[in-house]
Amino acid sequence: MEIRPILASLRRHRIPAALIVLEIALACAVLCNAVFMIGQRMADIHWPNAIDEQGISVITVNGTDPALAASDIPRNLAALRGIAGVTAAAAATSMPLDQNPALTGFTTTPDGKTTVNTSVYFLGSGGEQALGLHLLQGRFFNADEYADSGLKNFQSTSHVLLVTQSDAQRLWPGQGALGKTLYANGESWTVVGVVGDVLAQDPKFSGPGGRYSSVFYPSHPDEMMGDYVLRNAPQDRDRVVREAVQALGRLEPGAVVEGKTYAQMRTDYFADTSSMVWMLVLVCVVMLAVTAFGIVGLTSFWVGQRRRQIGVRRAVGATRGHILQYFQTENFLLSSMGVAVGMVLAFGINLYLMSHYATSRMPWYYLPCGAIALWLIGQLAVLGPALRAAAVPPVVATRSV
Amino acid sequence: MFGYYLDLALRSLKRNKVLTTLMVLALALGIGATITTLAVLRLLSGDPIPQKSAQLFYPQLDPYPANQPFSRSGKRVPYLMSYIDAMNLIHARKAERQAAMAMSQVKLTPPSGVGKPFYAQGVLTTTDFFPMFDAPFQYGSGWTAADDEGRAQVAVIAGSLNDKLFGGANSVGRMIRIEDHDFRIIGVLRTWAPQPRFYAVHLGGHSYGEGDAVFVPLQGARADDLMPSTMMGYGKSIDVEHLETAPAIWLGLWVQLPNAADVAAYKMFLGNYAKEQVALGRYQRTDTALSGLMEWMRSEHVVPDDVRLQAGLAFGFLLICVVNTVGLLLAKCLRRSREIGVRRALGASRGAIFTQFMVEAAIVGVAGGVLGLVFAELGLWGIRHQPAQYASLAHLDLSMFLFTFVVALLASLVAGLLPAWRACVVAPAPQLKAV
Repeated sequence: MEIRPILASLRRHRIPAALIVLEIALACAVLCNAVFMIGQRMADIHWPNAIDEQGISVITVNGTDPALAASDIPRNLAALRGIAGVTAAAAATSMPLDQNPALTGFTTTPDGKTTVNTSVYFLGSGGEQALGLHLLQGRFFNADEYADSGLKNFQSTSHVLLVTQSDAQRLWPGQGALGKTLYANGESWTVVGVVGDVLAQDPKFSGPGGRYSSVFYPSHPDEMMGDYVLRNAPQDRDRVVREAVQALGRLEPGAVVEGKTYAQMRTDYFADTSSMVWMLVLVCVVMLAVTAFGIVGLTSFWVGQRRRQIGVRRAVGATRGHILQYFQTENFLLSSMGVAVGMVLAFGINLYLMSHYATSRMPWYYLPCGAIALWLIGQLAVLGPALRAAAVPPVVATRSV
Repeated sequence: MFGYYLDLALRSLKRNKVLTTLMVLALALGIGATITTLAVLRLLSGDPIPQKSAQLFYPQLDPYPANQPFSRSGKRVPYLMSYIDAMNLIHARKAERQAAMAMSQVKLTPPSGVGKPFYAQGVLTTTDFFPMFDAPFQYGSGWTAADDEGRAQVAVIAGSLNDKLFGGANSVGRMIRIEDHDFRIIGVLRTWAPQPRFYAVHLGGHSYGEGDAVFVPLQGARADDLMPSTMMGYGKSIDVEHLETAPAIWLGLWVQLPNAADVAAYKMFLGNYAKEQVALGRYQRTDTALSGLMEWMRSEHVVPDDVRLQAGLAFGFLLICVVNTVGLLLAKCLRRSREIGVRRALGASRGAIFTQFMVEAAIVGVAGGVLGLVFAELGLWGIRHQPAQYASLAHLDLSMFLFTFVVALLASLVAGLLPAWRACVVAPAPQLKAV
């Protein structure tokens, strides 16, 4: 395909050509950044979490009489275990993603410093099984450790704890974590086990450093334990939540009882994020549609304007394919120019977002992907008008001259 | 003359229905998206208390130990205050008004077993809170400084809670059960929900949405062990039994300073206070800060970043829509070169041609504005059904309504400039020759 005549023709229509280039450039820049943001947020929504998310339900009981915790919690657990389908039940102080952070900074030396906020979880007897923690090294807590441990002023009175895999590698790189000591606020604990990465109570607040920084302590029944974790088959979970809320409502008439499946907790935590994703997707789709229709409109006019020219070309021997190709090549050239400008613009916008918002650098491959998307849309948009141009009969050339 | 241009423009728009629809639709989508996001942004970044915000200030002190700075950079002054410091500043009475506050999720038990207990947002604060923030009373009043010191078990409740518990009747003098302790109601507020809830930044809870349900004296509530939602310790551990003396920050302090001289004096006072504390050995640093309300909202990023990003994105989208409209208008006007040639030959001036095409662009703009308004209402309806805490606030007010048309007209007139200019420089002779 000869490009020179196309360039010559574009030079005669500089302004409309520049407008198409500008529109494609803007669309490319916005598209790359929006898709990048969508990708980042989708990754957030799917943060892995090494507990049995599909099989857990959480019943939260608040406003109980603190003095009765030691006797009421075992009674409540016994009632919960009696619900058909419940395979394990335990009390806990908080849950991953429950947006109620209890954070402490742990160090490997008595007077060390840290900038990582570690989420602290206290589990009642059987808590590991109820949550479905993945034990990677060492052991879970034993009955004595559960019985002898509690919490005072948000601090564990125990001597042992479990750490996550991420923390084990961060705190003791290249060494085993088992048997090592962690320090915080003048107290110390020995690591007895390493578990798979469990999310923080509020990972967005804790930041990337604290996302998988979690520790687990054993504890006997304590007034701070407001969460009852139930493990059940995924298909039973809605019924289990209903029955558990009823059972605890009867046992604790003065308390406020709320139940949720863990899947629901995750959905709630990321509700803002997913609505942002939907909004971004919507804007991208509408923006591409507007761009495509803009190209259709402008090219249609071009075709209309050049009917006679096309007729002449057809009359002197150009095939329909030639005419079709002419418009397709023309669009390809314009798209290429637009995409080239657009990629630079996209990069610039990304730099701006990095300096003003908590955005990371856009990986390079988003740019060519955005370029390909706009090339495709350009070609699709031009197809209709180009086919109409190809259908212009050669006789037009003779008719109106 | 204008009527004639209008007629010409309408004829021209009617001739190409598909193209006209396309232009109007694109412009309307761009405007709809922009107005939706701007309405939300304006709402969220608005002044929560316009009549007072210039006088309200948020002081900060730094009690953190030398080897354990509050922030990584060591440059940020802690955003909450310890009980001792808050009380020292309140008792110093160096500002016209001053109040300390903490948020607490409290269990409310309805009277005489009617309904189940439920949780609501409570505020533990001191006497000046109500007059300083212009909280309007429907019944009764707030408590006094003597009530604060006397650890009085009194409460001010929100109108919505009064409706729920007492059917909207005057409940002053009745009892309310908070966290299993009885408090006597001494005041009922009218609807009061500043957006954002500026006084609760960093204290816990949401920044937008419904107002708080109960207000109780700080000392009295603490005597009943009501716990603040947020506590940050800087010592060995937080002794929750003795939060008042523990090395922990958990209070926000607001002061009212009517003029610049008061502000300067208060800054001086804060600096001297910090130096005094260093001399006493309580503090290691003399850093202090005093921010105005709106400045504090900005520096603490109260408006979610996502909302700002959305507004930026919508503007980008509007820009694309405007470029699109320019292109389509231009294509139209280039096709009408012959018509322009004839009009020019018959005596129309360049200005007349220019005006004619701008009128055409303006019509597209007005149509785009009307449709854009529909899209904006649709967008806001969508936002109201989102889980965001500010969802229920998303509405279009009169000024945004008018602003929509300004944006639409402006966008279409900017879009019309280039085509109209191209149209008015068309030389009439060659166009007539071709006929």
